[in-house]
Amino acid sequence: MKTTIKLLSMLAFAGIVLASCSDDDDPEEVNEEETITTMTVSLTPDAGGTAIILKSEDSDGDGPNDPEITVSGNLVANSTYSGSVTFSNVTEDPVEDITEEVEEENTEHQLVYVHTGAISEVYNFDTDDDGNDLGLSFDLDTGDAGEAALQVVLRHEPTKPNDGSLSGVGGSTDFSASFAITVE
Amino acid sequence: MRAWFIMFAMLFVQFTVQSQQCKSVITGVVTDFHDKTPLVRASISLIGKSDSVFYTDENGFFKIPNLCNGIYELEIYHAECQTAFMKVDLDTNLDLNIPLEHHLEELEEVKVTGNKITKTNSAMEETLELKTIEQYGSASLGDALKEINGVSSLNTGANIVKPTIHGLSGSRVLVLNNGVRMQDMEWGAEHAPNVDVNAAGSISVIKGASALQYGGDAIGGVILIEQNRFLKKDSIFGKTIVTGILNGRGGKINTDLIKTYKNGWFIKGQASYKKLGDQEAPSYVLSNTGVNEIGASLHFGKENFTSGWRGSYSYFNTEIGILSASHIGSVDDLIRAINDDEPTVIDPFTYDIASPRQEVTHHLGKFKYYNRFEGLGKLNVQYDFQNNRRFEYDVRTGDDKFKPSIDLELTTHALTSDFKWDAKSGFDLTVGVMGRYQNNFANPDTGVRRLIPDYDKYDAGIFSVMKLSLDEDWKLDAGLRYDYSKIDAKKFYRTSRWEERGYDEDFSDIIIRETESSQYLTQPIFDYHNVSATMGVNYSTDNQHSMSFNYALANRAPNPSELFSDGLHHSAARIELGDLRITSETSHKASLSLIKNGDWGYTLEPYVNFINDFIYLEPTDVEYTVRGAFPVWEYHQTNARILGLDLSLYANWTDHWKTDHKFSLTKGKDTSEDEPLINIPAAHIRNKISYNIPWKNLEVGLESKYVFKQNETPADIYVYSPEQGEDVLLEINTAPAAYHVLSLNSGMDFKFDKSTLTVNLIATNILDVSYRDYLNRLRYFADDLGRNIILQFKLNY
Repeated sequence: MKTTIKLLSMLAFAGIVLASCSDDDDPEEVNEEETITTMTVSLTPDAGGTAIILKSEDSDGDGPNDPEITVSGNLVANSTYSGSVTFSNVTEDPVEDITEEVEEENTEHQLVYVHTGAISEVYNFDTDDDGNDLGLSFDLDTGDAGEAALQVVLRHEPTKPNDGSLSGVGGSTDFSASFAITVE
Repeated sequence: MRAWFIMFAMLFVQFTVQSQQCKSVITGVVTDFHDKTPLVRASISLIGKSDSVFYTDENGFFKIPNLCNGIYELEIYHAECQTAFMKVDLDTNLDLNIPLEHHLEELEEVKVTGNKITKTNSAMEETLELKTIEQYGSASLGDALKEINGVSSLNTGANIVKPTIHGLSGSRVLVLNNGVRMQDMEWGAEHAPNVDVNAAGSISVIKGASALQYGGDAIGGVILIEQNRFLKKDSIFGKTIVTGILNGRGGKINTDLIKTYKNGWFIKGQASYKKLGDQEAPSYVLSNTGVNEIGASLHFGKENFTSGWRGSYSYFNTEIGILSASHIGSVDDLIRAINDDEPTVIDPFTYDIASPRQEVTHHLGKFKYYNRFEGLGKLNVQYDFQNNRRFEYDVRTGDDKFKPSIDLELTTHALTSDFKWDAKSGFDLTVGVMGRYQNNFANPDTGVRRLIPDYDKYDAGIFSVMKLSLDEDWKLDAGLRYDYSKIDAKKFYRTSRWEERGYDEDFSDIIIRETESSQYLTQPIFDYHNVSATMGVNYSTDNQHSMSFNYALANRAPNPSELFSDGLHHSAARIELGDLRITSETSHKASLSLIKNGDWGYTLEPYVNFINDFIYLEPTDVEYTVRGAFPVWEYHQTNARILGLDLSLYANWTDHWKTDHKFSLTKGKDTSEDEPLINIPAAHIRNKISYNIPWKNLEVGLESKYVFKQNETPADIYVYSPEQGEDVLLEINTAPAAYHVLSLNSGMDFKFDKSTLTVNLIATNILDVSYRDYLNRLRYFADDLGRNIILQFKLNY
């Protein structure tokens, strides 16, 4: 039986040694591919002129830094704008366009627009393969001059069709940003 | 208190035949195997040769005169000893030295009613009978253990059940499966022990850290899942249990077969399979709550009294669906879930399991050898191997749809050895050592930043425990243990997180390099030295009353989750952050037990547990991401105090009627901040009335369980709701209302020629009450299980 013990302990130590020296290499880095870091909303005046760009970017994803929100200029009162939205991941090199993914899975996504203040309506959304609202492009009407807020939310697996409100759309949030806008 | 055991001892004495005269004499001494003391009035009889019985004198000496030469079989019997048989070939005078096993507790083959074998003399211990284990065979370990007063569970739905002892769970509760400390990522709140209840022979709970032989860090307690010993006889037997479960429309089948030989060889095979579809709350289907589970185990070996070995292998695989409605993407989803009465996703019943789900496989292999040394004690040597592979699938999109979000592989090797001196009656001393190596591999193919990093962990421990009987009434026990633990990890930190944590000041020396995507690769290496100790006393004047007091000091090194957690936890919609600065926590627990047995009896067990540097998760802040704002939960350390009381009472009113009453109260407080601790079980009362008659062993029991509302919870937090555009109160800590559920169990035995059929009918939540439990992590999203009816057929053969 002594030999059994010896054999056993040898086996055990062999296991430990083998397992220990299996890898001394550094672990592989993980870059989260499906992350959306950036949402860009372009508002082009129907009357012509430069587009206003609303942008929310958080390059450290779930990290501690807050998203950076920029609005390139003010909107003109009582006008109509054509809007379009793109999503990208700037931590990839080259920058990854996530908009394509949303378009491919258009029945599983929807953009929801919540507006207050001097924005009077967001409407005329593009549609998905089933003919329901998708929201990658839209029209926006401004009212009289004043302050406005526009919240743009990308929802995954929404309930379709719906009334276009956040609670009606349901699903889970992939991206959400609020922009403070001045209408003059 | 007398037990009969059978042991065949073969002794072959070689002689040559010299004469045929009947004048030979057998003389000899009968002694205690352990301490060599002579045994007085042991009887020696010659089987089949003579009716005469010979007895040993006060020196253990005996003499059988006037024997013819030939082969004789001797039977040596002594009260409270194992009867020994011995074959001798007599051809001249023979002098024998016969050691008898005099320590009954060494013979765990049959546990005698009323003479429970405990691991310690003074700690709070309780054991589940095989019958109870079989009844819970289709449920989980955590569900079965809730039969024990003072044990509750931290659930993630109905299928992930983590045992909680005196308010503590996870890394503070050790699970020893067949003598092997389970290494199955117990650090996660949604990681249940990977154990098949059906493979157990007995399950015991030691409430507290008093059993130092198993580990020094059991601040909550120890769960011992043990195999039965087998009788040494030529036999083959087994059982098959088929269970039908109404809620979930599934069932479980378990079967085992055991072959034993009288020379000590044995082999046991066991296998089980369980399948459940979506389970149901009283008013809706709990979508995606199905389970698939496969368990199998094989034990074989040769075990004799003086030496033996055993090899074991067990396999456990489980796939568990996690309530669809619990997948949340933002804090607004969580606010909605808490405010809504119904889950956001209710689909028709299905057996399919979709994401989110878990798939876990556990392999456990073990080899154990023991040898007893006459007049000294017993040596154990054990090597064990474990491999735990965990996949967690989240709701993902695009190419990653079928990729797991978490893919961890934990491999553990351990070598343990102990020696138990039991030569002196009433005194046991065990000294042991432990060495363990563990490797965790986090697969980067998930495409998700690792929640737990790659690491190597080395543990070594040395302990000594002692049990001493001072006299008939007083017993003592004491123990001391030292553990060394070293963790060597390699982890990526986002540079922004690294700075936010302040690690750039404290840990800049552990950075290996910075990557192109703004991450630091770091190598944290930490050592922990922990000492644990225990002392206790038990006083019992008769078989009916006993009183014991126990004190245990335990230290626990932080687990990988507490050190390294870093990221968004989708199932809780929160960012969880570990801290590299976390140190070991220290617990001082004192407990008192007052027990009375008889026609009626009680157990009263008050305890207090002071934990310094208690490691816990608390909400601290809110961080904004592209998905909205998330509460940040950080691992912090504080000083905590847990006070509690377990009270159970029973009364046998007549031969047929019995009632049981149990009450359990736990109060946890953060003494530094003067506020309640999170996840402390609510007080509850269970009352049971049971009726049984000898006819077909009929037993019927009705149990009522009332769970109070947990009034002592940490404060709720305010978070900014992007949807509502303002700060709102997130009632994340508010406990659900009190509830009351009724359950029924009944059973009958039908005896056939060589087999017994047992039929059990169990109904839980009979009144189909809608309720939510504070310790269920999915309580924000859906009600608990509705009525369930379980029909079980067990065939012993």
